[in-house]
Amino acid sequence: MEPKKINSKKYLFSFIITAIIFATAIYLSNYFSQKKLDEIRNIQDKISIDILSSETQFSLLEESLCKDLGTETLSSELGELENKLAYTENMRGVNDPEVTTLKRYYSLLEIKDYLLMNKISEKCNKTPLSIIYFYSTNNDCLDCEKEGYVLTKLRETYPDLRIYSFDYNLDLSAVRTLISINKTRNELPALIIKDKTYYGFQSIEDLEKNVPELRLLRNTKTATSTTATSTKKN
Amino acid sequence: MYEATNTITYILLFISLYFEVFILITYFENRLEIKKEENYVSLGLKKYPTVTIIVPCWNEELTVSKTVHSLLALDYPKNKLKIMVIDDGSTDKTWEKIQKFKNNPQVEIHTKANGGKYTALNFGISKLNSDLVGCLDADSYVHKDALKNIATYFQDKETMAVAPSVGLWQPKGPLQLLQKVDYAFGIFNRKMFHFLQAVYITPGPFSIFRLSVFKKLGGYRHAHNTEDIEIALRMQKNGYKIVHAHNAMVYTVAPNSLRKLLKQRTRWVYGFIKNAGDYRHMFFKREYGNLGVFILPMAAISIISILTIASISIFGILNSLVNKYLEIQTVGLSFHWPFSRFEWFYVNTEIMSIIAIVAATGTITMIVVSKRMAEGKFNFGMDLIYFLTLYMFIAPLWIGKAVYNVIFSVKASWR
Repeated sequence: MEPKKINSKKYLFSFIITAIIFATAIYLSNYFSQKKLDEIRNIQDKISIDILSSETQFSLLEESLCKDLGTETLSSELGELENKLAYTENMRGVNDPEVTTLKRYYSLLEIKDYLLMNKISEKCNKTPLSIIYFYSTNNDCLDCEKEGYVLTKLRETYPDLRIYSFDYNLDLSAVRTLISINKTRNELPALIIKDKTYYGFQSIEDLEKNVPELRLLRNTKTATSTTATSTKKN
Repeated sequence: MYEATNTITYILLFISLYFEVFILITYFENRLEIKKEENYVSLGLKKYPTVTIIVPCWNEELTVSKTVHSLLALDYPKNKLKIMVIDDGSTDKTWEKIQKFKNNPQVEIHTKANGGKYTALNFGISKLNSDLVGCLDADSYVHKDALKNIATYFQDKETMAVAPSVGLWQPKGPLQLLQKVDYAFGIFNRKMFHFLQAVYITPGPFSIFRLSVFKKLGGYRHAHNTEDIEIALRMQKNGYKIVHAHNAMVYTVAPNSLRKLLKQRTRWVYGFIKNAGDYRHMFFKREYGNLGVFILPMAAISIISILTIASISIFGILNSLVNKYLEIQTVGLSFHWPFSRFEWFYVNTEIMSIIAIVAATGTITMIVVSKRMAEGKFNFGMDLIYFLTLYMFIAPLWIGKAVYNVIFSVKASWR
């Protein structure tokens, strides 16, 4: 029997085309990934400038009336940043070094925003209403996923509520300090509202019951955009 | 674990894309050849060879008459065509139904004890002496030009068997319509295998052989209920040329329920795996040409690819559903219109997504060409929508079942 002919060139040509398609896909994917990271960095820079601007404004107007200063002066893009960061974390994985760096920067911005909000509220004799939320991306916090949904829902229901979320295990001294001054135990999820810490899963009903001020926010019709929010979204 | 799954997926994606690229190159290399073949067939035959078509039937009382009538209507000299209807021990009224043909000089009817399709075929082959012999399942119908077109290919002395194009008989409903695209896809693939000299299935409905094939290689074998794969592999092993006549249409009735479809496809995949096992010595052997070094190994790998990629996709979908359930359970149902505010940031630009888009484009190109070959034109209908949306979810069912049957030695049955 005569052996059948094989066109080796076609096999090689097909391999080269497939390899080119794969290489192009890898290049495009990296290119878009980089673009997305750049976008996150741009938002972070903008927030940083916003916060600095608000702080400066605060110093300049120290003697001015409270009507010139309100929570609306705080950066309005923390919410968008959080969403994009959560998406990137989902796509690239929690251990991605770029994601970790971005999260550290984001956490610092949240703390600065939190401090500024407290200062403004103090000057204007307002009781600040915010939630500090500690979560973990390790598999040891089964309820963090659910708490994330609750906080996202709260943000939608109460756009003026400021929610600051922190990865409990993030290696950042400012976050560690925040944990130690609040004496927050590693029993996650943990929520700090008006200096009181709540451990374990808290439903919307639980939170509305424990923090009656939330209901007042429902009626507030300010045009302020959303801010920092829960994390661990999917 | 995540890394390992990713690596396996990338390797399988690369292999699948490589196969797609190879087949598309084969198409572009040979598309003028397809036209030439059509012109050659249209010239007609110089001399008509004698042909016997065996119709094996077992409990086919509803369709057998129509099948025989479609054979009698073939545009082929009556003195050159004989139809041999063999009742393989039916328990319904098949024998009664075929009595009406007993006085037709073109038709011979026989009955025998039930032994399976391959025994009925061998029974028929042992009683004939025509140049060519073929088989038509009793649930299939032929186009009137099919035999004439097929016979043209036998003008090449080296051609030992010709496989037809199999289409669906009056498909209705989502399940049959999605199979219509699958059959069209099959026509395209078989034509490409024809150019690669790697046709490894001579389909049950209306594949035609030189009688000498059976005289030299022996009759049909049980071959795990897929004698049409075995005979083709046996011929390829012995260096016999099998070609595909894309313009010879034969129509078969498609399963109309998921259960029947699963049963039929499980038998096909099971039969392929078992026969591939029996002919494993052909794998990666240059002497068997493209069939040995590429097509057979790819057919085997595609089973692993489909199962792996489907498992990963189904796991992903289930994971999303569980998360959605958890969300609804926690905060209730809230609907967000997903495109209310489009942002490119949330477009998935992972490597796998980009490759999937390229692969899908290749597949759609092949479907367009397939439909053109099968139907003479491309029209975008519900069949395509059903195929693109449902096929990827149901195909893994029969592939998985067939693999299970092979591993746990569960024999496939006809019905």
